[in-house]
Amino acid sequence: MKVFVVDYGAGNLPSVERALRSLGAETKRATEPRHVADAQAIILPGVGHFAALVAGLRERNLTDSLRAANKAGIPIFGICLGLQAMFASSEEAPGESGLGFFPQEIHTLPPNVKSPHIGWNQVRATRESSLLKGIPADSYFYFAHSYAAPATAESTVGACDHGFPFAAVIESGNLSAVQFHPEKSGETGLQVLRNFLESIE
Amino acid sequence: MTLARRIIPCLDVDGGRVVKGIEFAGLRDMGDPAELAARYNCEGADEIVVLDISASVEGRATFLETIRRVAAQLNIPLTAGGGIRTMANGRAVLRAGADKVTVNTAALERPQLISELSQQFGAQAVVLSLDVKRKGNSWQAFTHGGRQATGRDAAEWAAEAVSRGAGEILITSIDKDGTRSGFDCELTARIAAAVSVPVIASGGASTYDNFLDVFTAGCADAALAASIFHEETHSIAGLKIFLSERGVPIRMSR
Repeated sequence: MKVFVVDYGAGNLPSVERALRSLGAETKRATEPRHVADAQAIILPGVGHFAALVAGLRERNLTDSLRAANKAGIPIFGICLGLQAMFASSEEAPGESGLGFFPQEIHTLPPNVKSPHIGWNQVRATRESSLLKGIPADSYFYFAHSYAAPATAESTVGACDHGFPFAAVIESGNLSAVQFHPEKSGETGLQVLRNFLESIE
Repeated sequence: MTLARRIIPCLDVDGGRVVKGIEFAGLRDMGDPAELAARYNCEGADEIVVLDISASVEGRATFLETIRRVAAQLNIPLTAGGGIRTMANGRAVLRAGADKVTVNTAALERPQLISELSQQFGAQAVVLSLDVKRKGNSWQAFTHGGRQATGRDAAEWAAEAVSRGAGEILITSIDKDGTRSGFDCELTARIAAAVSVPVIASGGASTYDNFLDVFTAGCADAALAASIFHEETHSIAGLKIFLSERGVPIRMSR
């Protein structure tokens, strides 16, 4: 199984790639549109600022090719900021457009909780989930983010709470995404990646 | 749904080897950083911190390679720092495989460094390392491994760092460091109250009860220790069971 990891110029790609390879996947970096168009599966990782991610995609002409890949039904898996980029917009970067696979806006965590939300928190399944298959209820995953998609997003299959209930796991047709870092979440995180790889075989 | 308190082993590295960093007693070799990191990863550590404490240029030259070797062993987060002075230093550390970078002396000299790192890599990637000494009823920030006073109030500097984009504060009590007399819970609670980001307590860990105290009275989100883990005084798993049984939210690994 060959997986393309989108390289938009930032982000800690080696740890994602190492985790995928440890599970037997072959990884390539997608840096230009033809990589995305030919992919069997695409991983969209991301850390940092929403504006930097969408600008990085735009500068590499990857925004439209990712939208085309979604229309073509190619599996796309977002991680952390990569999940947020799948939405229409974010309070982190007013005026910037995300990929728009989901119509909602990404919200900032409220001031009554510590932000960034950094550390290991529990995820509860809200619907049947293929990414959480074989993982005990309320398992811990590693989060590091200051913005989140409200769990009311209809594609939410796993939720977490920090200031408000937010989407921790999303699944909708060929699209899936997690707000936590599966590559930093120990054996439980590796199981999520394994489930993704099995879902595309 | 509960955010777990974190247990973080720290590797003080000099010239590619983990050393025990007691200031007056000289340095003692504690092993290979990648081997220790792999062990802690398996034993249930929630994160690893690697700090470059090399005194020599030759020692510093190997630090990026150490980060790469450590990162390759982990499927948990890695924080690295020590001597980070510029954006280029920070970028190199993150590119080598660290998820977060700590800044200390250089940030006090030029606070803009925090803003620059945070804008480029995000607040979640920037940790302010705060070395603190008690002076009567106040706590002051120190630099250069605790040798140089800055005259700045620790809580006030922590709050400024957060407003500039630091996403976590690593608080080291210089008074407690290496003494095995427990964390400075009063200091940790004071900094935690002054900032809106997670705080990591460091310095003085010895007993299980020290950790319980710093997570309750000290209001810490995470606790860091070095030699008690290296010397196998305590196992991470044993410490986590102890804390979990006393109601501290802890991630028990599978």
